Amino acid sequence: MNDRIRKLREQSLKAKPKLSAERAELITEFYKSGVSMKEPVPVQRALAFKFILENKAICINDGELVVGERGPAPKATPTYPEVCIHSIKDLEVLDAREKVAFECDESTKKIYRDEIIPFWQGKSIREKIFSHMSGKWEDAYQAGIFTEFQEQRSPGHTVLGDKIYSKGFEELKNEIDISLQNLDYHHDAKALDKAEQLRAMNIAAAAMIVYAGRYGNELNRLAKSENDPARKDELLTMAGICCHVPAKPPRTFWEALQYYWFVHVGVITELNPWDSFNPGRLDQHLYPFYEKEIRSGSMDRERVMELLQAFWIKFNNHPSPPKTGVTAKESNTYVDFSLINLGGLKRDNTDAVNELSYLILDVVEEMRLLQPSSMIQLSKKNPDRFIKRALKIIRTGFGQPSIFNADSIVQELVRQGKTIEDARDGGASGCVETGAFGRECYILTGYFNLPKIFEITLNNGVDPRTERQIGLQTGNPRDFETYESLFDAYAKQVTFFIDIKIRGNNIIERINAKYMPVPFLSLLIDDCIQNGMDYNAGGARYNTSYIQGVGLGSITDSLTSIKYNVFDKELLSMDEMLCAMTDDFEGHNDLKRRLLDNTPKYGNDNDYADSVMKDIFELFYRAVNKRPNAKGGMHRINLLPTTSHVYFGSVTGAMPDGRKAHAPLSEGISPVQGADLNGPTAVIKSAGKIDHIRTGGTLLNQKFIPQVIEDQEGMNKLTHLVRSYFKMDGHHIQFNVVSSDVLKDAQNNPDDYRDLIVRVAGYSDYFVDLTSELQKEIINRTEHDGF
Amino acid sequence: MVNFMITGTIFKIKKFAIHDGPGIRTTLFLKGCPMSCWWCHNPEGQKFESEKMIKGENGSNQNEWVGREMTVSEVIREIEKDIIFYDESGGGATFSGGEPLSQPDFVDQLIIECKKKEINTLLDTTGFAPSDIFLNLSRKVDFLFFDLKLINDKEHIKYTGISNRLVLENLKMISKDKKRPSIHIRFPVIPGITDTNGNPERLAEFVKSLDTIQHIDILPYHNIANGKYQRLGMENKLAGLKPPGNSEVETVMSIFKSYGFSVKSGG
Repeated sequence: MNDRIRKLREQSLKAKPKLSAERAELITEFYKSGVSMKEPVPVQRALAFKFILENKAICINDGELVVGERGPAPKATPTYPEVCIHSIKDLEVLDAREKVAFECDESTKKIYRDEIIPFWQGKSIREKIFSHMSGKWEDAYQAGIFTEFQEQRSPGHTVLGDKIYSKGFEELKNEIDISLQNLDYHHDAKALDKAEQLRAMNIAAAAMIVYAGRYGNELNRLAKSENDPARKDELLTMAGICCHVPAKPPRTFWEALQYYWFVHVGVITELNPWDSFNPGRLDQHLYPFYEKEIRSGSMDRERVMELLQAFWIKFNNHPSPPKTGVTAKESNTYVDFSLINLGGLKRDNTDAVNELSYLILDVVEEMRLLQPSSMIQLSKKNPDRFIKRALKIIRTGFGQPSIFNADSIVQELVRQGKTIEDARDGGASGCVETGAFGRECYILTGYFNLPKIFEITLNNGVDPRTERQIGLQTGNPRDFETYESLFDAYAKQVTFFIDIKIRGNNIIERINAKYMPVPFLSLLIDDCIQNGMDYNAGGARYNTSYIQGVGLGSITDSLTSIKYNVFDKELLSMDEMLCAMTDDFEGHNDLKRRLLDNTPKYGNDNDYADSVMKDIFELFYRAVNKRPNAKGGMHRINLLPTTSHVYFGSVTGAMPDGRKAHAPLSEGISPVQGADLNGPTAVIKSAGKIDHIRTGGTLLNQKFIPQVIEDQEGMNKLTHLVRSYFKMDGHHIQFNVVSSDVLKDAQNNPDDYRDLIVRVAGYSDYFVDLTSELQKEIINRTEHDGF
Repeated sequence: MVNFMITGTIFKIKKFAIHDGPGIRTTLFLKGCPMSCWWCHNPEGQKFESEKMIKGENGSNQNEWVGREMTVSEVIREIEKDIIFYDESGGGATFSGGEPLSQPDFVDQLIIECKKKEINTLLDTTGFAPSDIFLNLSRKVDFLFFDLKLINDKEHIKYTGISNRLVLENLKMISKDKKRPSIHIRFPVIPGITDTNGNPERLAEFVKSLDTIQHIDILPYHNIANGKYQRLGMENKLAGLKPPGNSEVETVMSIFKSYGFSVKSGG
């Protein structure tokens, strides 16, 4: 990278996440003024958006090529009091906490104390949500049965398609006018609602053009006082770009990047959607601009790199808005889940990998930034050199890019009812979630703690942590005569809690539709303009609400353990098992060893355990799939945890698989930590027994140390491993190339790391099987390799 | 007809074996070996009977059993589980040990069944077995990994416990055989033992004289097995020996290269 990029990157890395009161002050000022009191809610929201964009600080960092910041400076992070009010206590916690902190000085606290909190108290979406939830919902939420994505963040989680690369906002405004003209007040009872919604979109579109123009003016002003002629030129060019896009469609690569970035800032300024926003198939969208400019010679490869790198830094400047409480626990990270998709398939079903796909991978490798995240979509049609290029980055221990199965994504989307072309334009966002980019509102609604519900089943509906009856009375488990009756009881409890969750989801979706429309985001997602409906109200072409199952490995091993040890082998009674669990296995060492060492476990290609996993999958799937949401779409499942498996583990007691109380649950569809003893092919075979096509995404992590893939042959074999998994329709796989810290931890806690493979000398072995001297040697070697 | 009920003793089945031949493989470690090489890195594979080994490091008082009897059909079921990976990567099954040729009927049945199922097979052997057995099994597999350690017989007897005469004879025989598989020579670099006194050169000359073998794999000594000797209560005669450095390995490689072989370090 050149000096300019190095400086900007340093600035971004060094900037400390800090709370900014700017947005909260502006929106409070706007609503306090009462100017929009007479307007309908969507128009109020649009006018508020306009007020913010007209008044927020313009931030142009020294040397920048792509401009626009959500806050007044890099990592200055706003809050969204209309969604969630942060109390003074919250601000203190955010400031002081060890992980994922946000600096908050006294003057900011004062503004919140004096202005923000008093005005918004009683008006926020969060308060509305909690006041509408039933006692049962509240109980389950407090118990850690599920989380709620929308309690501090607005519904977002969508990805931009290709729309902005051929249309300017002026054209979108024309489309709005056409929709307005086409309203049929004679036959459409909703015509007025639609008119209001469209008027709001129109205001939001105009506001964005104004915002870009403010940047244009400031850039012009800076150019005047700039002494360096090269930078002066650059500033003038940038001013020209900001006056052109987003009003008009982009003509150059640079304009395309700047256009997207304005749109990104718009979406995350309008509200705090979770996940933030995402350009999606970036290599596809930018390729026509790239090709044209490279061919005409108006830009060389280095300039392309530089612009992309400048663009990358903008993402890194924007940490996820502050989260507190359960929401912080389930997603304890600064990452705001912009996941750049590369490769995959084109709309016409041909190989989409192009020159730019590789070039963007170069950018990912060189930038090594937390944000944006990156992934490759690997289709059977994509060349092996594409995945090998990605593996070369993965083996540096960076955890990016992750690898997705493009062919499965298409099948998943088509199964959900998308057209085949829309499916091919889609991809995965957030962690692993499938979506039809540019055309779908697909939101995550909350994580769902499958093992906890089993704990409650084993206690006849009582949560042993609080001794409260929160589930159904499905019977004393000591009275169950067969495994089937136990499973049946568990199934009833799962359905009971899913019903509570879905009821809550549908209320929350309506609250957001009614009180928190997003006219700006609605401009961007088809077919909100044509339908005259908001993104949050079902305006998108497709509308999906996901519930994310967590702890598949833990619940599988727990049910398997009881099936095997209590019912099939009759090695102990249910009572003995329950007593040992109550004692957290203290004084039951032999039993614990039996459960850990001599009981079938998911992740070993063992059909005994894997068939239990399949039963659980079917149960969860049937409880959720196709249940209507409040936007005319349906609920679907996916299987991923972010960091919720740690939170869910902390509220869950000892389990029949030998897991101690409060330890983390298994993550994604990965086996329980250390339970897979037969290597990655066995894990993949087990995971391959899940019917991935009926999900909206699954997450599989595998640990390796870099030496496993240090040479070409190792790389080839890893490629074969991935291709094999994808033949089984596996959705996603990520290789964690582990650090020496992890290895040291593995030395001290070998039971947790029995699956960790290390390259020794010309061959690989399980780390825990190595002598302590050799372990030390490998740790040193890893550190020597730059970790 | 394959006899699926024949049993053998196995001390480890390793999946995702990526250094035991081409592609992603499943390696079967057969228990028992007629040799007792000082540098053996699988000492738990030497005895023919199942045995106890202390579990884990750090003075644990628990034992684990090493070696269990399995039928042909059980082993085939394990091998078959990873067919999708073999197909994708050009991998298959590797028979190693111990010495697989010491359980010839069992291994024979496994190889025949793998062939029938179109699973690629590799025999990883010391070459020490009655010639008819050696020849019969070597002809059936796709790859033969053949260990050559020391050319001087006295030295060979000292460090492995047996004479190398049969080993060299067997190699000669298979190298001239029309039905020979693809052969790799595996040469362990044991500092001060196999890499001195002109041993690499003389071995190279011998292999060169056979005319049909191109591949030499160099396996540098590693003290990986020190802990296993302790856990088995076995004497480790090379306890203090340091692994060869890169330059020592390079030197050995260049010797073999100078004879025109295709030389690779590691498995």
